[in-house]
Amino acid sequence: MSLSAIIESLIFAAESPLSLDRLCDLLQEYERNQLKVSLGELVVFYEERQGGIQLVEVAGGWQFRTSPELQEYVARHIRTKAAKFSPSALETLAIIAYRQPITRTEVEYLRGVDCGGVIKTLLDKKLVRILGKKEIPGRPLIYGTSKEFLEVFGLKDLKSLPTLKEIQALDQTPFLELQEELPLEQNSAPDNDIFLPFEAGPC
Amino acid sequence: MKPALNDDPFLSDAFSGGYNVHLDAFEGPLDLLLHLIRKNELDIRDIPIAVITRQYLDYIKLMKDLNLEIAGDFLLMASTLLHIKSRMLLPLDEQEEGEPEETDPRAELIRRLLEYQQYKEAGLVIGARALLGREVFTRGASEPLSLRTQGDDNPLELELFDLVDAFRTLLARVPVESFHDVAAGDSLSIADCINETLSLLQERELIHFDELVCLDLTRERIIVTFLALLELCRLKLIRIFQNEPHGKIWFMPAVSRDDSIEGEAAG
Repeated sequence: MSLSAIIESLIFAAESPLSLDRLCDLLQEYERNQLKVSLGELVVFYEERQGGIQLVEVAGGWQFRTSPELQEYVARHIRTKAAKFSPSALETLAIIAYRQPITRTEVEYLRGVDCGGVIKTLLDKKLVRILGKKEIPGRPLIYGTSKEFLEVFGLKDLKSLPTLKEIQALDQTPFLELQEELPLEQNSAPDNDIFLPFEAGPC
Repeated sequence: MKPALNDDPFLSDAFSGGYNVHLDAFEGPLDLLLHLIRKNELDIRDIPIAVITRQYLDYIKLMKDLNLEIAGDFLLMASTLLHIKSRMLLPLDEQEEGEPEETDPRAELIRRLLEYQQYKEAGLVIGARALLGREVFTRGASEPLSLRTQGDDNPLELELFDLVDAFRTLLARVPVESFHDVAAGDSLSIADCINETLSLLQERELIHFDELVCLDLTRERIIVTFLALLELCRLKLIRIFQNEPHGKIWFMPAVSRDDSIEGEAAG
């Protein structure tokens, strides 16, 4: 059996995206490099095949997904509660995704409106999660996006979010001077960078 | 009946069709400001604050005339605009060393607008991606993992504008009466209408707005029904939803399970 075939079967059978690290754990008889090469071959194979399924990298792992062009046909059979997002939900999600870790007050400052309801809906949908509390008076909760966010939006990681058009700010005074922004170019997972005084979870 | 008009293009086209008031559902004051800037083809970096402030206040007045509740955020922005406007009228005191950088009182607002615009666009961009469960599917997934929990996305959030819309559509259908019936026969009370609706809802789980008024398509009936529904909604006795944007508006009895969700939200 070729290594590509083994990897293919694992990814096919897995419920959620399978990361290279996980593959290494599972296939300890092979070198990481070998796995990388075989995985690459597999990706190329599916790309060139131009078939109904694609092998895509989402949320730090690999997963088979149907081609977006076939949506119309697949939807005839698969009945999902379609991922519907109101403009306010998308706006809020975008702000959280690009500015995380971020508090609700900061989101509201950027949007100019109360965001409690929207954030709660996003939390319910598990697209947003609580990262911890901020060490400022009032200890407000800080929010960030979740793994599900990457899965639903088909993103490899936060770095692959579409880049924002540069804001040519009139002056360089930093926004809200309270916290460090998460640079969009940075690859590290946001949650490792922040101090978490308690286990993240609903208050 | 008609609110006083001025020659403002923004308002006059809103009123051009008699009672045909078009209310875009703005996401907030910044969204409204962006809309005004775009509509007037203004340079966002050099906003004529007097023009914008006037149009903004006109819009708020329009909302007031329609008896829509105006969110505090809109009023806050109105006061910010007025504050900026008044600061711009004052002569610049060059001796003052307090804030040498912020010479333009509009700077912060403009920065916020630019930033907001950016995230609004980013929202559209990510919303246009091929979403799991919408455009792409994984193997054997009947529902995408993360969306399983919440079936009805905030059914009450957009309703006010939608209800006003439905209300207008219905009113448009009522034949114009050419005379006024001075001695109103049996006038209809909101309480009666509430009771009627509730008893209907006991028989059936689901009714839509048209059904409530189809037997008696008069202006009075429609208005009273509309008010009754708003009241029922306020009392959390019914839930309002649509199957699709601009679709029919349906009502169903509220279920107690919603209360537990509310409780959670408060925590």
